[in-house]
Amino acid sequence: MLKAAGTGTVRRVACQPSATPSPARGLDADSRRWLEDLSGGGHARDAAIARLHELLLRAARFEVSRRRRALPHLRGGDDDDLAQQSADDALVAVLAKLGSFRGDSRFTTWAYKFALYEAAVKLRRRAWQDRELPLEPDGWSFIAAAGASPAEHAAEGELLAALQTAIGEALSGHQREVLVAITLNGVPIDVLAERLNTTRGALYKTLHDARKKLRARLAEDGFEVPGAEGRPT
Amino acid sequence: MTDPAADRRDLLAALLGPGEPELTCEDCFELLDRYVELELELAGAAADRAVPGMRAHLSGCPACRDDHESLRELVAAEERRA
Repeated sequence: MLKAAGTGTVRRVACQPSATPSPARGLDADSRRWLEDLSGGGHARDAAIARLHELLLRAARFEVSRRRRALPHLRGGDDDDLAQQSADDALVAVLAKLGSFRGDSRFTTWAYKFALYEAAVKLRRRAWQDRELPLEPDGWSFIAAAGASPAEHAAEGELLAALQTAIGEALSGHQREVLVAITLNGVPIDVLAERLNTTRGALYKTLHDARKKLRARLAEDGFEVPGAEGRPT
Repeated sequence: MTDPAADRRDLLAALLGPGEPELTCEDCFELLDRYVELELELAGAAADRAVPGMRAHLSGCPACRDDHESLRELVAAEERRA
């Protein structure tokens, strides 16, 4: 066994954002200027917001360009609209969360992640719009095929067969649906969250709990797996 | 060309997850900018020590892994340009 999982939940392990109100590493000059300009008033603030939007748009275009290659079925011509929408939404998010910026990174790095996130979510949703989500275990056959391996990999094949049984028997219907959709059928977690009317965080918790159950079940069956608790000796 | 052994390892990793304490998606987003800058400034292990649970979460959450790769690529590109 490699290492036992500490608890049954996805844990907050360190660095709580609100625990330290002052910048942990000190603000660099550029970040300080961004904060001063955005927190002030008048023309300076308007100009800073315009600069910030340009920065966010550059990040959103980077993300659209980066992911575009992997999403060839997207309609052409919408890319810049999507980048603009992402920059607009990211601007609102950045301004709303400005007070939570602690200077743990450069301001630009902190702001970029909002634009990248908005663009990534929109692209994933665009790629899956009008598509039925595969929640059923089409991946069973993949597991079976993966388990049908040469003799030197027999142990791995046995583990996969046991895993298939555990997925069928140890998980709740919802856990199975989430696990199968995300890990076997490649449904993006935020797309699934939107369809199931829940949040990405809540779904990841479900996925984490399902994985924990599977590890525990495999350990009970005598397999050596990481993160399994209570493995019988 | 596919490698069946690697496919099996990937499948097991995807189904069983990291198997160690990990951040939530929310905390991952909160700390991602700091983690990426530490990764680019220091060795990866130092970033992992500074933000425990991040590496495990990135290995278990495909969406956060994508977000991490994007931010890292963008910041690295900006640093090269500067």
